[in-house]
Amino acid sequence: MAKNIKLNKAPNEVKKRGMWSELWHNYKKNPSAMLGLVVIGIIIILAIWAQFAYDYDTDIVEQHIKERFQEPNAEHLLGTDQYGRDMLTRILYGAKYSLSVGIVSMAIACTVGSTLGLIAGYYGGWVENIILRTCEVFVGIPTILLGVAIMTAFGQSLGVLMWAIGLVYVPLFARTARAAVLPVRSEEYIEAARMAGVSDMGIIFKHILPNSLSPIIVRTTMGVASGILSASSLSFLGMGVPVPAPEWGAMLSNGREFIRDHSYLTLFPGLAIMITVLAFNLVGDGLRDALDPKLKRKG
Amino acid sequence: MIRYIAKRVLMMIPVLLAVSFVVYFLMDLAPGDLVDSMNTMDMTPEQIEELRKQYGLDGNVFERYIRYIGNLIKGDLGFSHTMNMPVFDAFMQRFPATLKLALASIAVALLIAIPLGIAAATHHRSLIDGVSMVGGLLGLSMPNFWVGLLLILLFSSKLGWLPSTGSDTWLHLIMPAITVGTSQAGTLTRITRSSMLDVIRADYLRTARAKGVPEKQVIRKHALKNALIPIITVFGSTLGNALGGAVTTETIFAWPGVGRLTVNAVNSRDMALATGCIILFTVFLNISILLVDIAYAFVDPRIKAQYSK
Amino acid sequence: MHEKDLVLDLQNLRIRFETDDGTVYAVNGIDLQLERGKAIGLVGETGAGKTTTALSMLRLVPTPPGIVECDKLALNGQDVLTMTDKELEKIRGKDISMIFQDPMTALNPVFTVGDQIAESIHLHENCNMIEAQRRAIDMLELVGIPGERAGEYPHQFSGGMKQRVVIAIALACHPQLLIADEPTTALDVTIQAQVLDLMKNLRTKYQTSLIMITHDLGIVADTCDEVAVMYAGSIVEKGTLEDVFLRTKHPYTEGLFNSLPNINDRKAMLTPIQGLMPDPTNLPEGCPFHPRCPYAGEDCRKPQTTRKFSDTHFVRCGAYDRPGFHIARKEEY
Repeated sequence: MAKNIKLNKAPNEVKKRGMWSELWHNYKKNPSAMLGLVVIGIIIILAIWAQFAYDYDTDIVEQHIKERFQEPNAEHLLGTDQYGRDMLTRILYGAKYSLSVGIVSMAIACTVGSTLGLIAGYYGGWVENIILRTCEVFVGIPTILLGVAIMTAFGQSLGVLMWAIGLVYVPLFARTARAAVLPVRSEEYIEAARMAGVSDMGIIFKHILPNSLSPIIVRTTMGVASGILSASSLSFLGMGVPVPAPEWGAMLSNGREFIRDHSYLTLFPGLAIMITVLAFNLVGDGLRDALDPKLKRKG
Repeated sequence: MIRYIAKRVLMMIPVLLAVSFVVYFLMDLAPGDLVDSMNTMDMTPEQIEELRKQYGLDGNVFERYIRYIGNLIKGDLGFSHTMNMPVFDAFMQRFPATLKLALASIAVALLIAIPLGIAAATHHRSLIDGVSMVGGLLGLSMPNFWVGLLLILLFSSKLGWLPSTGSDTWLHLIMPAITVGTSQAGTLTRITRSSMLDVIRADYLRTARAKGVPEKQVIRKHALKNALIPIITVFGSTLGNALGGAVTTETIFAWPGVGRLTVNAVNSRDMALATGCIILFTVFLNISILLVDIAYAFVDPRIKAQYSK
Repeated sequence: MHEKDLVLDLQNLRIRFETDDGTVYAVNGIDLQLERGKAIGLVGETGAGKTTTALSMLRLVPTPPGIVECDKLALNGQDVLTMTDKELEKIRGKDISMIFQDPMTALNPVFTVGDQIAESIHLHENCNMIEAQRRAIDMLELVGIPGERAGEYPHQFSGGMKQRVVIAIALACHPQLLIADEPTTALDVTIQAQVLDLMKNLRTKYQTSLIMITHDLGIVADTCDEVAVMYAGSIVEKGTLEDVFLRTKHPYTEGLFNSLPNINDRKAMLTPIQGLMPDPTNLPEGCPFHPRCPYAGEDCRKPQTTRKFSDTHFVRCGAYDRPGFHIARKEEY
């Protein structure tokens, strides 16, 4: 009932607002989503700052055996590892690996996947069939094993890791984009654009993409979160960023040996991963609620 | 229904063939093969070439793949030199442990997610809703290998209640199952909550209430059966992640499953074993997804009707 | 005043919803009485609060966000306000039933229609599931659906058939009061007549009292003895069919009649009511209709009282305080 009344009200006070400012208007009302955004901002600033503040060779990888296994104290807030390296410094410096893998891999997955999905959804027929079947092949392989296979094939490096995670997530985006196109595809304004002689690519990117953007945006944000998790899993297995780079998953793996006596070595890198992933998930949730008025009612 | 299942099984074959090619091709790209890892210092190039032929490593990747598939159809996935037994046997030897872990973790996930998600939706915006939302987000955000390590830290190192590694007793199963289960429970709690929220104000629940159905039954019978439809979809898509989670979890708890076998195979460059394991793992995943799809039909009569056509 | 056998006695019902966008005043103090065996039409535009009023009689208004207040709510002389959930579950579907507006969504898609009818019988009639199933099939036949279709699911039925099933569910336990919420709005015109006939026949057969919620005055004329016209959560005019149709008093009721096409005079212009329903979070002072009312004056901004024109005819319009006031629509006797 309340819902009906709301609908009645709409024509009186439809405010002209662009999609982005509308999105922001809805988004900023959500405190947990704002928290996520602030946390991401802080992490990015710290990650950039750490690149200038610390020197990779002397501060990050150089070993100080005398200072090994220091429990968290005033000098080393998060303690030191078995080589006497400061955990806080390494975690701050290491933020760049997780962030860049998460963001770049999702940029890859989103661009490649969404394009494939849009094309599949728009053209239908055999084009759609081929794209969907190909996706099915990659979806069938457990994510982490596909990652392992790609890392094995192309060798361990940050770049390969980005591509590996990105490719693993392509099918997800292709399916999301296609599903978003399907209801839009038969809309009359698409037909009208086609009649007016707009090219297929013009229709896809100018008319269809903006109208199927919401699920893709949400998927990308959440994807950064799962991308960071996947990357850290691979590093944990020793197949991600090679040591001695202070990648969080690798640091965790390193601390694992000493879990009984020096649990802080596993605690802090894990916490760092969790906070980062949590922040992206909060933003993703917030975007979803802000983009989907149907969910807002529940919210 | 049977025709549908048969059709689905037939459709799986080309997918699995493509998967096997992708995996074979990727693993083939890896630098170094079995012969490289052998001590060939005092052999002539001809002898090395001969050795390659002997192990079936000669020719280009396509030739080798065709041979591989030919053998695969006969049930021969090659020989694992690290395990010193046929790849298929090595996989099957470890498979029951992984299956046990998978089933236990699914049970953990469902036992947490379904009741919590329902309680959250029926007490929308209450304390329990908040707890489930935060819990769901944490489950989604914590790396599951970290959860595993935290469990070891608490229950093995500090409290000494549970064994940290091995698989001899049911006690050994508890922590690995919770580790994999909680990561799945995060997603499942969230989807249970949101699909129950979708259903809970549905007109047909109002009909049920209006005819005097007690509220508990309205939720458990009328609402849940509808809400299960999206839950099953998501459940199917989390299976792959759960199996992936098993890879790291098995490593942490020294659980003798195929996940750990695969990682060890890759690390020791036993490509035949690694390739075989990934392919068989994928077969297992696809069969699981098919089972989930069949479960659909029992929940949603509309889908059942489509199947029977 | 002599004692009447009232199936429903509702006094001063107020319902509001606390939402993020403010408080929605959905129902603002309405009285409604219905004698046994009679039918009353509740007429008004979408959003007038008709459905909310009906749901409150079953105590089914979702709380929160809804807040329901009421001086008296009695069904068959039983006080519904003080009932526990258990007692409510006993009367819902047994003493009072409701037919919902949209048959497409009113049926649970994952249960067979037979099960959905039988559930009600099983709950209220103290019989086992097999007996309930058998009687469900009888109900299906009664609403004109072959009994063998009891094992089919809602998606296998057309809209009109679904509404027949909904009616079968509502009447399965022969309730004394039936609320029909726009039972034909979602149906094709040709099916509408069939469904209305079915309802009329069953009502006569079981002596059911009826509250017919609709925006269609034709349906009211066809099925009801009395009419209550609702606007923005208030009843603005109430009376017998003759009172309201022939001796119309309220400007809003007049507006409703003027919005109808006239079959006898096809050249006549339609004169729709100007403007839109007021925002229920921000109702106008005094008479809620005054911003759209052609007769509105300063006196309409004051709080309104209900005025009695006869023993049966009640109107809530302050304009009648003006000497000699009458609306343009002619009275017929």
